[in-house]
Amino acid sequence: MSDTATAPSTGEPIIQIKNVSKIFGGTVKAVDEVNLEVQRGEFFALLGPSGCGKTTLLRMLAGFEVPTHGQVIIDGHDMSTVAPNKRPINMVFQSYAVFPHMSVEQNVAYGLKMDRRPAKEIRERVAEALDLVKLGHLGKRMPDEMSGGQRQRVALARALVKRPSVLLLDEPLSALDAKLREAMQMELVRLQKTVGITFVIVTHDQSEALSMANRIAVMNAGTVQQVAPPTTLYEAPANRFVADFIGKINMIEGDAVKAGEGEVTVTAPGIGEVTLAGTATGKVALAVRPEKIFVADNEPADPNVIKVKGKVGEVAYFGSYSNVFFDIGLAQPLQADISNVTTDVEEITFTAGEEYWVYWRKADTLVLGD
Amino acid sequence: MSIFKRNPDPIGPLDYSRRFSLRFTVGLTLFFLYAPIVGLIVFSFNDSRRNVVWRGFTTDYYVKLFNNDALMLAFGNSLTIALFTTLFSTVLGALTAYVLWRYRFPGKAIYEGGMALPIVIPEICMGVAMMVFFARIGWPSGMIWPFNLSAITIAHIAFSFPFAAIVIRARLESFNPELAECARDLGASEFRVFRDVVVPHMKPGLIAGALLAFTLSLDDFVITFFTSGPDTVTFPVKIYSMVRFSVTPEVNAASTVLILLTLVVTAFALRMQNRNNMLGSSGH
Amino acid sequence: MENWKRSAQAFFSAFTPPTFWLVAFFIVPLSLIWLYSFSMKTGVTEITLDWNLNQYARALEPLYLGIFWKSILMAAATTAICLVVAFPVAIAIVFSKPTMRMWLLLLVILPFWTNLLIRTYALIAVLRTNGFINGGLGWLVEKGDWLLSFVGLGDNTIIGPFEPLSLLYNNTAVIFGLVYVSLPFMVLPLYAALDRLDRSYLEASLDLGAGHFRTFFSIVVPLALPGIASGIVITFIPAMGSYLTPDLLGGTDSQMIANVIADQFKQANNWPFGAALSFLLMYATFFALAVRAVLMRKEGRGDVK
Repeated sequence: MSDTATAPSTGEPIIQIKNVSKIFGGTVKAVDEVNLEVQRGEFFALLGPSGCGKTTLLRMLAGFEVPTHGQVIIDGHDMSTVAPNKRPINMVFQSYAVFPHMSVEQNVAYGLKMDRRPAKEIRERVAEALDLVKLGHLGKRMPDEMSGGQRQRVALARALVKRPSVLLLDEPLSALDAKLREAMQMELVRLQKTVGITFVIVTHDQSEALSMANRIAVMNAGTVQQVAPPTTLYEAPANRFVADFIGKINMIEGDAVKAGEGEVTVTAPGIGEVTLAGTATGKVALAVRPEKIFVADNEPADPNVIKVKGKVGEVAYFGSYSNVFFDIGLAQPLQADISNVTTDVEEITFTAGEEYWVYWRKADTLVLGD
Repeated sequence: MSIFKRNPDPIGPLDYSRRFSLRFTVGLTLFFLYAPIVGLIVFSFNDSRRNVVWRGFTTDYYVKLFNNDALMLAFGNSLTIALFTTLFSTVLGALTAYVLWRYRFPGKAIYEGGMALPIVIPEICMGVAMMVFFARIGWPSGMIWPFNLSAITIAHIAFSFPFAAIVIRARLESFNPELAECARDLGASEFRVFRDVVVPHMKPGLIAGALLAFTLSLDDFVITFFTSGPDTVTFPVKIYSMVRFSVTPEVNAASTVLILLTLVVTAFALRMQNRNNMLGSSGH
Repeated sequence: MENWKRSAQAFFSAFTPPTFWLVAFFIVPLSLIWLYSFSMKTGVTEITLDWNLNQYARALEPLYLGIFWKSILMAAATTAICLVVAFPVAIAIVFSKPTMRMWLLLLVILPFWTNLLIRTYALIAVLRTNGFINGGLGWLVEKGDWLLSFVGLGDNTIIGPFEPLSLLYNNTAVIFGLVYVSLPFMVLPLYAALDRLDRSYLEASLDLGAGHFRTFFSIVVPLALPGIASGIVITFIPAMGSYLTPDLLGGTDSQMIANVIADQFKQANNWPFGAALSFLLMYATFFALAVRAVLMRKEGRGDVK
């Protein structure tokens, strides 16, 4: 859905977060020495589980929290302690915060009134913003007469009408039902391309981040684990946490020692010894995504695969593929998404207890440290 | 307590309570609220007849206070009235709360409005109404103690049981009706259900309501002023007449005693109220 | 909720005692006065009920109307001052940490629990000619003069001699006293209303460029209006019908309506007239309550998320 290949940027990043920490009450480290850059025109996501610090970081961008250490630099200016109403940033709040005692038009006009724009300009820009979010005909409505999705669009219009340099969105899709969520995902991407400004969104839903963002910063316990475009995060996660958080993955515990330039030899029970591309050493996880696993009746001859014998355990049939769990003699079963079209076996149905050769390419295998 | 530790977080835009201007206002307001009372208490120990300038510490006036027969009698009267008032108000308040909580009946809205009247009406109106009432129906006067306090007590009960009803009703909101139904199912009569199941749940509310009624009665001036006579003086009424005459440390001492008493009762009431809120729907 | 007929006996057992008390010892006395207000005095304690409106007519004469009006004005001034003082205090409490919040609320409510008579009496010591305020100011003046003369200016007489301010036994004292006893009444509803306000509204307003005062007047006040209305009403009504404070702190021309009513029943011994005045006060009270009810229905939007 998004152009993952192109991360638009023209030189200096619009946001620079330098060594920012936020410590509450002297003891609780919500954000721990984070360094990030957001490029102009990007759709950037802060992704992580609850409590990882992503919302705190967003609020520091908006100005509602002040960093304990570090700097927040917006468009080249240090705005770490600048009040929220003086930043060129606007936010769409998780609860939308649409003022209940004002009509839709009055809500959208509020920010422009604060800027003391002339009445005519306000009218024009408000109409323009409402059209942009497809609420043009609902200007005179009151918020309590509208649905949640509509109120979100009011909040969007209200923030965008001020033409901020950056738009922040705090868990924008969490309150919507599944169908609306899908539609809004596309809406937000379309909006960002139309308006052309930088979007920074906070979400705990990895599929949302993957489908909408140009680049994602995965956070855990106040630190940034990895910043990369979606494909990189999926195909080349930096560590266990990222690999596990994004999509599904199989992890086999083992030990790694360096075996040459960019290569390590991993010893894992059930697998034996294998040399793979990677840099992590010591206690590592051998990891492979379920869709990269294949199944064969006979032992595969290709030397560039890792192969094990597996007994079929649970099977979940999804029509175009089956999610099959194989017992390979380890504590955890191996999860495989087997396409029902291109498999090597004669039958495409799997029954518990059947034995197969389960294999995957060494090139698809990740060696992950902490 | 955390107010003694310096908060290392930088002040956020909505951290109003940490801004100097607001802290100053709150501090000033609290000073304004407490200074006169503190002054009053301090000067009750003043060794000076006219109580203008501080002359030295003494507890003489407290001694005088406790030896002042008229004042002690008035205090006894107040206490008696307050105790009877508390008893009746709690019962009446509990019944009111029960009826309003449990039943639908025609005219309920008006009834609730009626029950709110004693709370809303200016005390002076109720005071004079009671005075006229007792005079008009020829309420006997010159009865022996404690019956001579009956007029005041009746009036006190009338204006305080609606307050108790509110407190008790709040407690009833957390009562699980299934408990009562279960008791019925097991064969209990309405009365037994009330006594064995509802009342125990109401207990924190009953205590809070009782303490509220006690304080309201003990402290009342206006209504008592109009329903009392020369031989049925209560503590606040007596202090009033002392204040009108002069400002002596004895008055301060009497005031301090009353403050202390009210504080103790209030502290107790608040602790009860906390248990009222914290206990769940079926806790005892 | 059950229909009363389902357990009529239980219903009546619980219903009768409080209702009896309310009717016999509240409604009946009030009705009695209501009748008195249409009566005429025909003797020392005798009255005749002849359904005339003379008492009300007299109550609306300039003299008494003036006192009514003054009571309303003083109550209004009290309410306004309380509002201005209570708001910052309520804001500070709402935005504090939970433990701090409980203590602050307790501290603000505690004076409310002490006897009104005592609190008002305490103010006498503060306001009188040789009371705390004058004493304090006098001391300041004296020390100021001394300091200046020490530095070589004047001769202990530049600022002084100190003329004590006449702070007691006038309208100012009464308003001061009314504010003093009413302040807790105003803080609590304001606190409750502000507590229920969703903070993201404030953040959104700041985010859109409004300053703190702008946010306060455009967002906080409209959304907290029901609570503000409650606070205003529960401050205004007792202030308007206040007896003790004007009695103890006021001068001869600071009489409020409650004092006049009390007079009719004690010294002046004109019960019918007192009854009429009482009922006018009650109608004023009901009117204030009605205004609040209307305001609360109109601006109940703060709950919509």
